[in-house]
Amino acid sequence: MNILLEILLSVLIVAGASFTFIGSLGLARLRDFYTRLHGPTKGTTLGVGCLLIASAIFFSTRDEGISLHEGLITLFLFITAPISAHLLAKAALHLKVESLVPLPDEAIERKNKQHQKYHSVD
Amino acid sequence: MQRFLPHPLLTVMLALIWLLLSNSIAPGQMVLGILLGWALPFFALQFWPDKVKVHKPLTLLKFTYILLHDIIEANFIVALRILGNPDKLRPAFIVVPIDLNSDFAMSILANTTCLTPGSLSALLAPDRKSILVHTMDVGDIDAFIHTIKTRYEQPLKEIFEE
Amino acid sequence: MIATAIHIAFVLVSAALALNFWRLLKGPSSPDRILALDTLYINTIALLVLFGIHIGSALYFEAALLIALMGFVGTVAMCKYLLRGDIIE
Repeated sequence: MNILLEILLSVLIVAGASFTFIGSLGLARLRDFYTRLHGPTKGTTLGVGCLLIASAIFFSTRDEGISLHEGLITLFLFITAPISAHLLAKAALHLKVESLVPLPDEAIERKNKQHQKYHSVD
Repeated sequence: MQRFLPHPLLTVMLALIWLLLSNSIAPGQMVLGILLGWALPFFALQFWPDKVKVHKPLTLLKFTYILLHDIIEANFIVALRILGNPDKLRPAFIVVPIDLNSDFAMSILANTTCLTPGSLSALLAPDRKSILVHTMDVGDIDAFIHTIKTRYEQPLKEIFEE
Repeated sequence: MIATAIHIAFVLVSAALALNFWRLLKGPSSPDRILALDTLYINTIALLVLFGIHIGSALYFEAALLIALMGFVGTVAMCKYLLRGDIIE
């Protein structure tokens, strides 16, 4: 295997694993739920993205024929990570999980009113 | 056209995804992918009644480039903040007013704010006029709102509305 | 060289999994635990992809794809449960 390619792959693999680790470190280390949410959604997504790109390059150069289907998981993770983060933040606001900064009460009240309306309908 | 091909963009996307999933570009897989891409939107029509139209493809390309660039930049920023002193962070909830009309553009904007500059969209106001964003470490709130509005909202408005 | 890089990466991802487990056990709130589970499945994908490169087999791709799909659905279902007290209304 080409030496340059090997260096590129090693860098991608180590960088991806480091980002994954830093994302989880944020999950364990930061002070309140809302800031903890940032680490996994960003760090981990890009970390796994890097690893998947490394895998795509590795199998494209190794076997006959190119292998791009790792891009599918990368794309899927990049679409779903914000959605699950958004839902988690919504659930935490709904449960009034403690935060370092004051929660936006007005928004919560509006949300709860909407919620009550929703339930009184059905 | 409208009746036989409800979502041309979705059809192309599905065909491409099928080719990626089967990991080959054999003619048979191409035909099957196009067939699936044509048939599946009829089932999804119910959940997605609005049409998505791309008015300016070049702006879309530019926006994608900005997005990728910002995702990588944001990751380094978030990594530095995690490795730094957690007590020095200045998190905040910020209400960002938006004036997008289409649902699709709005969800793209919410996802964009999630992946980019150390922020996270939390709640869409019921009147659809603002989103609540949580930021990890922000100094100047007005400048942050200005960045979101000019860097992400303006191009999205040009691409999907106008 | 790649072998060394993969070994370093194994250590880092395993440490990440341990940190996630710690957060999963500690909580303190239920969104915290769901977030820990969400991160756990994404890190598992990383570990599987690394293992695939390590033994040079593309077979693990399907498993990783399935974990990605199921993990996302699980996270959404649990968040919905917290928001509404019900999953299917």
